[in-house]
Amino acid sequence: MTRRDRSSAAPPWPVALPAALSLLFLGLPLLALLIKAPWGRLWSILTSPTSLQALRLSLETASAATVLAFIVGVPLAWVLARAEFPGRRLARALVTVPLVLPPVVGGIALLLAFGRRGIVGQYLDSCCGITLPFTTAGVVVAEAFVAMPFLVITVEGALRGLDTRFEDAAATLGASRLGVFRRVTLPLILPSLAAGGVLTFARALGEFGATITFAGNLPGVTQTLPLAVYVGLEGDPSEAVALSLVLLAVSVIVLVALRDKWLRAGAAS
Amino acid sequence: MRRALPFVAALAALALTACGSSSGATTTPGTPASSGSSSAAGPITVFAASSLKESFTAIGAAFEAANPGTKVTFNFGASSTLATQITQKAPADVFASASQKTMDTVTTAGAAASSTVFAVNTMEIATPASPAVPVASLADLARPGVKVVICQKDVPCGAAAQKLFTQNNLTVTPVSEEVDVKAVLSKVVLGEADAGIVYVTDVKAAGAKVVGVVIPKDQNVTTKYPIAPITASTNAITAKAFVDYVLSPVGQQVLAAAGFTSP
Repeated sequence: MTRRDRSSAAPPWPVALPAALSLLFLGLPLLALLIKAPWGRLWSILTSPTSLQALRLSLETASAATVLAFIVGVPLAWVLARAEFPGRRLARALVTVPLVLPPVVGGIALLLAFGRRGIVGQYLDSCCGITLPFTTAGVVVAEAFVAMPFLVITVEGALRGLDTRFEDAAATLGASRLGVFRRVTLPLILPSLAAGGVLTFARALGEFGATITFAGNLPGVTQTLPLAVYVGLEGDPSEAVALSLVLLAVSVIVLVALRDKWLRAGAAS
Repeated sequence: MRRALPFVAALAALALTACGSSSGATTTPGTPASSGSSSAAGPITVFAASSLKESFTAIGAAFEAANPGTKVTFNFGASSTLATQITQKAPADVFASASQKTMDTVTTAGAAASSTVFAVNTMEIATPASPAVPVASLADLARPGVKVVICQKDVPCGAAAQKLFTQNNLTVTPVSEEVDVKAVLSKVVLGEADAGIVYVTDVKAAGAKVVGVVIPKDQNVTTKYPIAPITASTNAITAKAFVDYVLSPVGQQVLAAAGFTSP
């Protein structure tokens, strides 16, 4: 009771002032975006062929990157959470690197690895004629590189926090390993899978640095929404603002969606 | 699970907001403007086109040596990006653009009074040192399978590339439209692109990292580079002195050595 009283008391001004300032600092730029938005021309800008093309490409590549992340990221999360092998800590650290690495650096690293002259890319090129830079597939690779860690870390955390007694009980009752995973583990980590998926998708959708460095910028092929925003700033700044609103809206939707997932995830654990 | 999620949430919040970034202008605090005399002193920030990087860095060092107490900080980027930053009141003292059109957006906005053309540049095809596909002429760029990288159309080097293709009746489908000329060059240096349309000066600056394919004069386009002191400069005397220095024989010599021609 007393604890609650203390925590709900009005904060002293040395705390309240910087707190208010930081809120303002975070909120004002977004507010400016809304104020300066070309509301009158908004619809015509957003429905212009260039915008729709960029939007479609963004949704397609971010979805593809998310699917890719699920296919290879969830098994990785399982291995990191459950398997015992030398270098596991190193592997986990490796997964978090793209999270903190400046995306441009990620783009350069991708070029050096998977570019036409890259250490792996040169063989892809010579054996199968596959070159990733300047292609839509390259955009997906760049987005997956930057965004997949969100899924891996979220799901790994969920698996590690899971009470293994449920799985053990299912196994002793005769369920196969696959059966246990499908009927017990999967439903338990479902909220985290969803949260991780949404985060991954959102991060992929907003990816800029790695994409422009690795995949380049060509409308309809590699020019995703963030690239269109950046390039738009050179020609028609109000177009860039309008496109920014779309990305802002997506971010807000993602956060609202996640809040819901977290509440459910919290209730489940 | 509970413990992992706030961490992820914090990272997500960071990542979602950190979409794009551009080189911001930085002014160094340096020494304050000394006496009330009309001699150049103190720091200035020069916003200059990417293609001026090597020559202006050299001119800046020479200017500092000739005018003790001055400090020149550069912000290199696409002229159009710099123009936007200046019209949005970025703290620039001098603007050197790779096109008159871009400079005009700054003068029209009232950010600069008048500009002077200080150099002329022409285009050249940059190809990788060890090419995957041979490129020997402008016409080769239209061949299928040749990966051509140019600047995007709102950047002066992109406008010049488009003009180059149009006036030579070439249909070139680039694989990428980069944000500035140095980005085009880096795609060529890394061997990702077979050819890039850059300035003569960029090929020269890149040295052995690229091989230039000269475009005949009658097919080529030229770009004029105007320079202007920014009206809102807090160090107008030094800004003016720097502009004069670029136009002086010393400045012109550095530019000529970089491959520019005099206006």
